[in-house]
Amino acid sequence: MRNVQTVAANTFREAVRDRVLYNLVFFALLMIGVAILVGQISIGIERDVIVSLGLTAISVIGIFISIFLGVALVSKEMDKRTLYALLAKPVKRWEFLLGKFVGLVMTLTVNTAAMSAGLYIALWTVNHGLQKGDAYILAAVYLILLKLALIVALALLFSCFTTPFLAILFTAGVYVAGLFAGDLRTVHGVELDPGALQLVRGISYLLPNFENFNVMGAAVHGHGIPGTIVWQATLYAILYIAIVLTGAAIVFSRRNLK
Amino acid sequence: MGMPQGAIEIENLSKEYPYGFLSLKKKKSLEDLTMSVEDGEVFGFLGPNGAGKSTTIKLLMRLIFPTAGTARILGKSIDDVEMHGSIGYLPEQPYFYDYLTAYEVLDYFARFHGLTGSDRAARVAAMLKKVGLDTAKKIQLRKYSKGMLQRVGLAQAILHEPKVVVLDEPMSGLDPLGRREVRDIILDLKRDGRTVLFSTHVLSDAEMLCDRVGVIVGGKLRGIGAPGELMDMKAQGMEILFELSGAAGNLPLLANATRTGDRYHVQLPEAELYAALDALKAAGARILSVAQIKPTLEEYFMHLVEADRAQATAVEVSGK
Repeated sequence: MRNVQTVAANTFREAVRDRVLYNLVFFALLMIGVAILVGQISIGIERDVIVSLGLTAISVIGIFISIFLGVALVSKEMDKRTLYALLAKPVKRWEFLLGKFVGLVMTLTVNTAAMSAGLYIALWTVNHGLQKGDAYILAAVYLILLKLALIVALALLFSCFTTPFLAILFTAGVYVAGLFAGDLRTVHGVELDPGALQLVRGISYLLPNFENFNVMGAAVHGHGIPGTIVWQATLYAILYIAIVLTGAAIVFSRRNLK
Repeated sequence: MGMPQGAIEIENLSKEYPYGFLSLKKKKSLEDLTMSVEDGEVFGFLGPNGAGKSTTIKLLMRLIFPTAGTARILGKSIDDVEMHGSIGYLPEQPYFYDYLTAYEVLDYFARFHGLTGSDRAARVAAMLKKVGLDTAKKIQLRKYSKGMLQRVGLAQAILHEPKVVVLDEPMSGLDPLGRREVRDIILDLKRDGRTVLFSTHVLSDAEMLCDRVGVIVGGKLRGIGAPGELMDMKAQGMEILFELSGAAGNLPLLANATRTGDRYHVQLPEAELYAALDALKAAGARILSVAQIKPTLEEYFMHLVEADRAQATAVEVSGK
């Protein structure tokens, strides 16, 4: 595990030095802008607007970072040949992959935590304090983070066997398709022959169901988020990530570097 | 105990790369390589660009995987990841994380060898000094020149005191001073009893440093042995350097001589040497040196490369 830690810490350091966290400035400006705006125009729905916009921004910014940096994790190292010296050391290839994954998830965690803090500050400023229901925002943020970790795993898998450009397309494609996985499962009333219908349903179960991580509605309206949803989503993410990373490790373990 | 084991033993190692539409065609980049590098020797791997030197080294480092064949380092399969803790590797045109300083990059690599805090700090500091980067250790690598990166690469390769050191084109990108320093480092490693395998296309480096060399051309090993052995030891004739001032008379020898001021330089078959020396003595010449003419490693190398090209052309012609 020491090797995984070392790679992870360095991946985090890379993100910090390559100014990935600068996106927080954008988020901060967005929150300030929204806070000022809702303070002037909306009556009674300030909280909803801020939470809704804040969580959406946390999710969208996170998705961009997960896809682009997730794909770059390995492909950039292969392209620049920085992993040559490393892989000749007593380091197993899966340790390198896992380290890269953990490093980016650490970066995303720090980034998301900072954005959440920004969101709470904006809420506190507008509402002159926090309410009990605001605690559910944390649960929503946690689920967003799980979703981001899953996207990173997918990006890593694709980047192990295809070009960075295609890997970005595939990851984005699976993400969008995964948003509709639930709909595909319950598809009916469409004119499809039974075989094709079975196929669509089969695919829907293979796709990661990203709707499992979406509790934004409940968080925005300050409704409770049941613990079952949280732990089930956690288990789902862990399992799915484990399978995807195992696949990535198998592909990468036999990959010839240029 | 069986036969003494070589530090690096390569058996029938081959590597093919698929290419073309649907990767149906295969290009052989290394063909059936069998050789060994003895414990404690400095071995030079020679060949023109694209000959298969880097392919062999990358196979040994498990950066690419062989189509056929096996290799062992220090008696252990190259698949044994732990064994890689006892070897050091400098990639060709090395490139490291440019957001790190030289100190940080070496510290990072040292962690994979299980070196603990204080040991790591001491080792890294000593290594930076050794490769002449002591004053630049706090500068991010993005500001480094190619030669400086090469030094970082060398430092990370030998940082953990490996028993076997594999260097891919260690002199490339270095100025004469840098080359000299790398040569000294290789000699230091040899003095410490470590085994060094390095690839180069600079033959003078190989001639100066290596106990043995292997010449690889077109993916095949064409010759292996001590540099002196490899070249035909039989002298190709004699060479006399002499001074002759004033009127040179009508010495027939001078017809074939090259003149620089009062100095003459002449090559002749060994059988004619004594007669020529007598004639020169009679003419009042001052003999400066008499030496055998031996082919250089470069001539040997060119001979192999040209033979390979001729063979390739012949195959192409007969193929048509």
